[in-house]
Amino acid sequence: MDTLLDRLMLLLILSDLTMLALRRFSAALGLLALQGGLLAALALAAHQPDFTGRAVLLALMGLVLRGVLFPWLLRRTARRAGIVEERRPFVGFVPSLLAGIGLLAAAMAIGARLPIGALPTLGLVVPASLFTVFTGVFLVVARRKALSQCVGYLVLDNGIYGFGVATVGNIPALVELGTLLDALVAVLVMAIAMYRLSEEFDHMNTDQLDTLRG
Amino acid sequence: MSALSPAWFEIGLALLLAPLLNSVIARIKAAFAGRQGPPLLQPYFDLAKLLRKGAVYSSTTTWIFRAGPIVALATTAAALLLLPTGRVAAPVAFPADFVLLAYLLALGRFFTISAALDTGSSFEGMGASREAHFAALAEPTLLLGLAALARKTGALSLSQILPTTSLLAPEVGLVAVALAVILLCENARMPFDDPTTHLELTMVHEVMVLDHGGPDFAFVQYASALKLWLWSALLSGLFLPASGNAWVAGALSVAGVFAVACGVGVVESGMARLRLLRVPQLLATALALTAVALILVVR
Repeated sequence: MDTLLDRLMLLLILSDLTMLALRRFSAALGLLALQGGLLAALALAAHQPDFTGRAVLLALMGLVLRGVLFPWLLRRTARRAGIVEERRPFVGFVPSLLAGIGLLAAAMAIGARLPIGALPTLGLVVPASLFTVFTGVFLVVARRKALSQCVGYLVLDNGIYGFGVATVGNIPALVELGTLLDALVAVLVMAIAMYRLSEEFDHMNTDQLDTLRG
Repeated sequence: MSALSPAWFEIGLALLLAPLLNSVIARIKAAFAGRQGPPLLQPYFDLAKLLRKGAVYSSTTTWIFRAGPIVALATTAAALLLLPTGRVAAPVAFPADFVLLAYLLALGRFFTISAALDTGSSFEGMGASREAHFAALAEPTLLLGLAALARKTGALSLSQILPTTSLLAPEVGLVAVALAVILLCENARMPFDDPTTHLELTMVHEVMVLDHGGPDFAFVQYASALKLWLWSALLSGLFLPASGNAWVAGALSVAGVFAVACGVGVVESGMARLRLLRVPQLLATALALTAVALILVVR
């Protein structure tokens, strides 16, 4: 609990828990940007002390996309659609938070049993990344508005990225750029879809899509 | 243990200075509002005035109503005996004494709530219900937080836990934040309860003690001052640096208690009371912080 890596991961865990309890989109998107910054710092910290130009460049790209571009795109979508907060989620905010504690405990237990999780140098990285993945899935399932679900998808993606950075070590640059591009395209498509959705129906509640007839 | 040992001296100091905490908070709030504020000794004047008066008891109440303030004061004073002050061991210390601390506070609250229900007033019943609701979330937070600290320090007695905590450990920081939130809730301070409100509907703690008068009300007020002292000492105990000299440590701990009171005053000046529906959300957040701390230390 004393290494820089562990402190970064603690911040990641706390940001996930906060995400579960947040109602306002502006706060959730700010938190998403913070997670992007944390992951960039993780990418650098995992490779110390030998910083290569490539590692710095990839961390910078991750920072620009995850920390700036994605939150900005979603903020723009939210503003255009005129939605401010998640009003009636499927699972309330306090139950979400309590579920988050359960998920954290599960992530810790699983992380300790995984062969890679046992490496002492990684510390909290594997459980924290697993917890971030769980949080993302939970957000996708438990929220009503499409924008919240998109935030959940990005949190999930953050978790996978953290897992990869920490465990694989030197991901080939092409693979890393590929995943970043994937996420970028996904966010662009989701932003456009959400915009159309809100234009057409004046809301973003995905549960009401069930009643559509072609 | 001799009567003049630092630990007993600290207890005496707590009994003497506890009402001063409330006037420090009132002074800070007044300073933020550009007013002068009440005299520093006002709580003592109030207590003296109340103690000189007689008490009036409704014919519908039973012994429970009279026992409420007495038990509240007795349990809070007893809980104070368990708390190490500064880096000095408490007069009473044994393994797992933090469980007794939590339950002494719970016993006092139980009797306060019972006394409120005993009056049969609907307002007091409402206050009792709110108090029980908040306590149901605040108590597990206290226990989980102290359990996390116990596991972190490898000690089981408060007198060994508090002197060995270091704020540099992230888990201790998490517990400290959660305890600060619970302090505000337990002592009916601003984001949870407005201590200066005048409307029964918006009260939480005060509405439970509306029917107490005279010496009984003095007991209630003194017990709540002691409770604020207890919580401030618990919270500041996490922050204080180790010091070899027991007397220096004791002085530091008193300074820490007043520093926490100043912090409460600043928070109260800057915040409005939360909507009642949002309160459980804030308490659940504190609970989550201690749970994270516990999970991290157990890992």
